[in-house]
Amino acid sequence: MRELMLGNKAIARGLYEAGCCVISSYPGTPSTEITEEAAKYPEIYCEWAPNEKVALEVAHGAAVGGKRSACCMKHVGLNVAADPLFTISYQGVEAGLVICVADDPGMFSSQNEQDSRHYAIAAKIPMLEPSDSQEALEFAKIAFQLSEEYHTPVLVRTCTRIAHSQSIVTKGERQEVPQKEYVKDPERVMMTTNSLKAHYRVEERTKAMTAFAETTHLNRTELGEDTTLGIITSSTSYQYVREVFGEKASVLKLGLSWPMPVEKIRDFASKVDKVLVIEELEPIIEGHCRQIGVDVVGKEQIPMVDELTQGRIAQCLGRAAKETVKLEDAIPGRPPVMCAGCPHRGVFYTLAKNKCMVYGDIGCYTLGVMPPLNALDLNVCMGASCSGLHGFNIAGGEEHEKHSVAVIGDSTFAHSGITGIADIAYNGSNSTVIILDNSITGMTGHQQNPTTGKTLRGTPARKIDLEALCKAVGFDRVRVVDPNQLKEMDKVLKEELAAEEPSIIITRRPCVMLKDVQKLPPLKVDLDKCNGCGLCMKIGCPALSLPKGGKVEIDKTQCVGCQVCMQMCHRDALIV
Amino acid sequence: METVNIMIVGVGGQGSLLASKMLGHLLVQQGYDVKVSEVHGMSQRGGSVVTYVRFGDKVYSPIIDKGEADYIVSFELLEAARWIEYLKPTGRVVTNTQKMEPMPVIAGLAKYPENLVEKMQAKGIQVDAMDCLALAEEAGSTKAVNMVLMGRLSKYFPDIPAEAWQASLEANVPAKVLELNKVAFALGQKG
Repeated sequence: MRELMLGNKAIARGLYEAGCCVISSYPGTPSTEITEEAAKYPEIYCEWAPNEKVALEVAHGAAVGGKRSACCMKHVGLNVAADPLFTISYQGVEAGLVICVADDPGMFSSQNEQDSRHYAIAAKIPMLEPSDSQEALEFAKIAFQLSEEYHTPVLVRTCTRIAHSQSIVTKGERQEVPQKEYVKDPERVMMTTNSLKAHYRVEERTKAMTAFAETTHLNRTELGEDTTLGIITSSTSYQYVREVFGEKASVLKLGLSWPMPVEKIRDFASKVDKVLVIEELEPIIEGHCRQIGVDVVGKEQIPMVDELTQGRIAQCLGRAAKETVKLEDAIPGRPPVMCAGCPHRGVFYTLAKNKCMVYGDIGCYTLGVMPPLNALDLNVCMGASCSGLHGFNIAGGEEHEKHSVAVIGDSTFAHSGITGIADIAYNGSNSTVIILDNSITGMTGHQQNPTTGKTLRGTPARKIDLEALCKAVGFDRVRVVDPNQLKEMDKVLKEELAAEEPSIIITRRPCVMLKDVQKLPPLKVDLDKCNGCGLCMKIGCPALSLPKGGKVEIDKTQCVGCQVCMQMCHRDALIV
Repeated sequence: METVNIMIVGVGGQGSLLASKMLGHLLVQQGYDVKVSEVHGMSQRGGSVVTYVRFGDKVYSPIIDKGEADYIVSFELLEAARWIEYLKPTGRVVTNTQKMEPMPVIAGLAKYPENLVEKMQAKGIQVDAMDCLALAEEAGSTKAVNMVLMGRLSKYFPDIPAEAWQASLEANVPAKVLELNKVAFALGQKG
């Protein structure tokens, strides 16, 4: 049956059909739905691990244990998992191990646009790149075959436009794969001679995979009527190439993007007048072509930064832009904002009011940077707030310590924050860390984590006791506060900044978007009392607006009655 | 046939994903090649959101670029204006007249432009504008704006039978709210 399917769901289907039994992942846009969709198949054990390093180690452990296993993450997650990645490549596998990684060209929901293909090259792990949902399904299955045939983990790389696009697929049936027996092999211990032997094995494997790359249907030469130009491409760029050049163009589409073929590329180049490489982000195919002596045009014409589109490619190659209509008005931006009733709002309002230097982290609370709060100073990666603040305070001493905080969400804290606060306690900077505990992984769309008390499938689980953990790490001052109580929030912040030892403030209130969080009726405005002073507007709530010269208005469809704005009003004009 | 390009634009949380799901389902049922592209994650937090729906004999790119859209279906007036460069000069805008102020306007850093429908029309664009929020409320829920818009859009596809639209609506809308969504669709169609 023809079915429209999201790329991520198609990968999940492919993993399922291939007989995958274990998936351990950490959520991250645009990869999250692979694991969420896979969890709908009872045959697959699925879990959210605390971070990607743990997830990959779990998946590898399951493969060592004899079952086909997978691990899914976004591109920056692969940085976290890079340590096991390189040595798992040496270890090799018996039961299949597939690592799905989703890049985010254009950075729709990411802090950088690194190209994961570099990891395939660096860790010497074969990488498949589907160009639509049907290929996503098929490539996930092929990845398991290759993994077992060549005893290697296999990477399946997508990008936002593959992961979050739907196209038509035809499903297959699940094939059960017998569990492989675990046999003790001392050569699996990666040290000295074993590691050396392993490295030789990896190089032999790469040679064998390169030979496979010459003949596999994954790499497809599509010679068209027009051979004046030959285009080498992969992933979503293939679709843009066909959109721009049509069916007459000659194209070499690489589905196995590492290792790349040599003779197949030379052969293609010999049949066309000149070769153009069209690839998103880094010049990986281009570099390979040059290395094997094939003259190509690439990044001289195709941009390195931001995602490609059919229009962008056409214009870079000198074609006229399509005719468009423009309005004269400046259209105000509509950046994402913290939701009405978001428990982070009270925290960031208080931090801005106290003019704190705020070392941010990765999550919804990055939105604390938006006006009118303008409360965030910087962010780097998962967990960097805690360790980065420690460094900032080492550099600035008391002058920094009394005016700076780290903010980190519960999921991010469990992911990478614990080691950072251990450093603060151990090496003793007088740092203040705020754990924004909203009982969920928010930005990626509500995934459970080790602090929420539920598993991926919603069953009850052990829950990290944040207060006890922080105390055990070495913090004597651990405060818990409701961030929606502005006076209390302000008092606690001032006290902990003034304290002569490091502190943890846990701001605890569940994400307002959670289904079981009770929403209160929208607030009302007492028009006799409101004088349009705009004090309530300082919290940056999307449910409030103040027409010029008028009185404040509340959007009934958005207000959830959190009452934070009420605490701003000096005239009691906002009422329940 | 040439590929038809529909952009569904709005504000994160307005229900555009359900509209694109229904539309995608409908077009697959009609035997077309279809691609739908959406952006999840950060942009959903009250930000500007866009979904691309493309259908025809063979669709390659999952996205729609500037000057390529045949239709822009907008859940909010400013969003129709924001994406207007993506419309073909011969294309049509089907928009809700509801205004939602973005944060830069709320924070007093920018102005919400006035008379956007008239300004688009002055550029020669065909604009079908209506108060979808009022019609959704009439149907029984402010959340049914998406079905009001789908009802309106259906008018421009006379080749797709009414029963097929109904079947896709029924296949994608939760049973509990099916009736009011059907009413919303019908109200949108009538305009």
